[in-house]
Amino acid sequence: MPETTKRNVVTCEDLSLTFETADGPVFALSEINLQVSQGEFVSFIGPSGCGKTTLLRTIADLEKSTSGSILVNGVTPEAARMNRDYGYVFQASALYPWRTIENNVALPLEIMGLAKAERDARVAKNLALVDLLGFENKFPWQLSGGMQQRVSIARALCLEPELLLMDEPFGALDEIVRDHLNEQLLRLWNKTNKTVIFVTHSIPEAVFLSTKIVVMSPRPGRIIDVIDCGFARDRTLEFRESPEFLEVAHRVREGLRAGHSYDD
Amino acid sequence: MSRRPDLFCLAALAFSGAALVMDLLFSDPATGIAGAPLFTAALALLCSVAGWWSWKSATTPGHGLALVVVVIGGAVVALVLLYGYGYAGQVSATFWLFILALWALAWRGIDCLAAFSSLNATRQRLVDTLIPVLFGAWLLFLWEVLVAGFEVPHVLLPPPSAIAARFAGSLDILRADFYQTFMKAVLAGYVIGCGSGFAVAVLVDRVPFLQRGLLPLGNLVSALPIVGVAPIMVMWFGFDWQSKAAVVVIMTFFPMLVNTVTGLSEAGALERDLMRSYGAGYWQNLFKLRLPAALPFIFNALKINSTLAMIGAIVAEFFGTPTVGMGFRISTEVGRMNVDMVWAEIVVAAIAGSAFYGVMALLERKFTFWHASYRQN
Repeated sequence: MPETTKRNVVTCEDLSLTFETADGPVFALSEINLQVSQGEFVSFIGPSGCGKTTLLRTIADLEKSTSGSILVNGVTPEAARMNRDYGYVFQASALYPWRTIENNVALPLEIMGLAKAERDARVAKNLALVDLLGFENKFPWQLSGGMQQRVSIARALCLEPELLLMDEPFGALDEIVRDHLNEQLLRLWNKTNKTVIFVTHSIPEAVFLSTKIVVMSPRPGRIIDVIDCGFARDRTLEFRESPEFLEVAHRVREGLRAGHSYDD
Repeated sequence: MSRRPDLFCLAALAFSGAALVMDLLFSDPATGIAGAPLFTAALALLCSVAGWWSWKSATTPGHGLALVVVVIGGAVVALVLLYGYGYAGQVSATFWLFILALWALAWRGIDCLAAFSSLNATRQRLVDTLIPVLFGAWLLFLWEVLVAGFEVPHVLLPPPSAIAARFAGSLDILRADFYQTFMKAVLAGYVIGCGSGFAVAVLVDRVPFLQRGLLPLGNLVSALPIVGVAPIMVMWFGFDWQSKAAVVVIMTFFPMLVNTVTGLSEAGALERDLMRSYGAGYWQNLFKLRLPAALPFIFNALKINSTLAMIGAIVAEFFGTPTVGMGFRISTEVGRMNVDMVWAEIVVAAIAGSAFYGVMALLERKFTFWHASYRQN
């Protein structure tokens, strides 16, 4: 597919966000310029406080920018949110303990007001996609942390969004589970051709998953470097030992260093 | 051998042994109970059981059950001596030693039984219910024996048997009182008080200035003394149950209000963001997230209020009522020194109050099974 036909899913121009606090203003985002086009897998990486989560939340209309412009699917973030244009996966699964797995996944569909038959079909389809068929009638607290996070991914996919926003979704999981879920996520992305924006503070995770890595730095939160990595879409975990991988990882680390992320 | 001596069985052995010696040496019927063949036999049995148990140091639940059976037999003997043989009021020290021995054995028996643990849920539940029942029965027995043995005047404390007899003999009166106080005043007041507390909480949550203005006022209402409010309610709403229901409304309103307001802010930030990301409206947010998250708090209020409502309705009846009702009966029968009737009403109140609370606790389990305190994987 030629580059020119790809439509921009997210466009930020001079986007800034300042929180007013009792200790004075905090510059969470400062003059962010960013384009994410359809089908990309973009990672935001940086140390705590660099604004990567705030940027994702601004795209999702969970925060309001103070200046600059931002378009999501060609409309304002608020309009995109009300259109249910994106699915959001949080750091924790945020499953409701009083609902079964099935009903947790169906929650957004209930809010959209879909008919029962349509809900059931979509729930079954997306639970199959994250490999959780057979757990429909369990409760979230009966599942492991990794399974809970997969349920929350199925819940986000249920809306059938073009855009998937993921805020450190595997941050609370151990490395073995995380590797496994990374591979599954990559396969899912490859299969569905969705646009994914992924916040992480793990360099290997970012390099392994992304087509584009956005390196960020704190105080004020800004973009230091944007690295394109056009690796094959069907890469596996072994890819992480290849020289290309290490080269990109090195460049990310250099970017973080330039943004003083390693300063004391 | 590092076996610890079984203190309770040893104590039982010492008590019953001493009693047996005294019984055999001073068999003078004039000084009290000593000399009755039934008593001597019971003492001998207790001696041998206590001796055998402390010798074998038997502590399995089965042994505990056997001890409990022996204790029940001993308790029956004690009651027969007091009432059948007419020794009430003139029992001697040997009798109290006998009771002490029973007490020690009962303790050891329940102790062993409480250690019972089975994978069979029905059996486990059976034993779990048996233990408090036995415990309660022992307390009643002790109460009966002490009151009869020392001939405590009934005005001070009637024995449980007299209360039970009075209870059985006045079922019609008790039923009418229960109907008047519980079915009319308590239930109506409870439903209105909890319902309006809940509705106002949702309103307060929706309209922020109410939270600042109304909550402190609600606090003030909850601090009003019931003995001051009740006569005013009688003036406003008349002598019948409506005024008692009004007192109950005042007592139950605030706990429900405060608990629901707290519960509504219980849902976490992530869960709220999730709802926002779906573009959910206020009511969807309320019904699908915030109310379910608030349920543990709401049930807490429902449980607190179930006991408050009983107290409120009964006390309110002291300040003017038609000639029926639990509080009315208590206040008039106290005046007539009819204390066993008062106790019968107390029994009704206790049963109704616990049943009410129990129903709320069951509902709580049913609706908040997912909460960390009830989860079963």
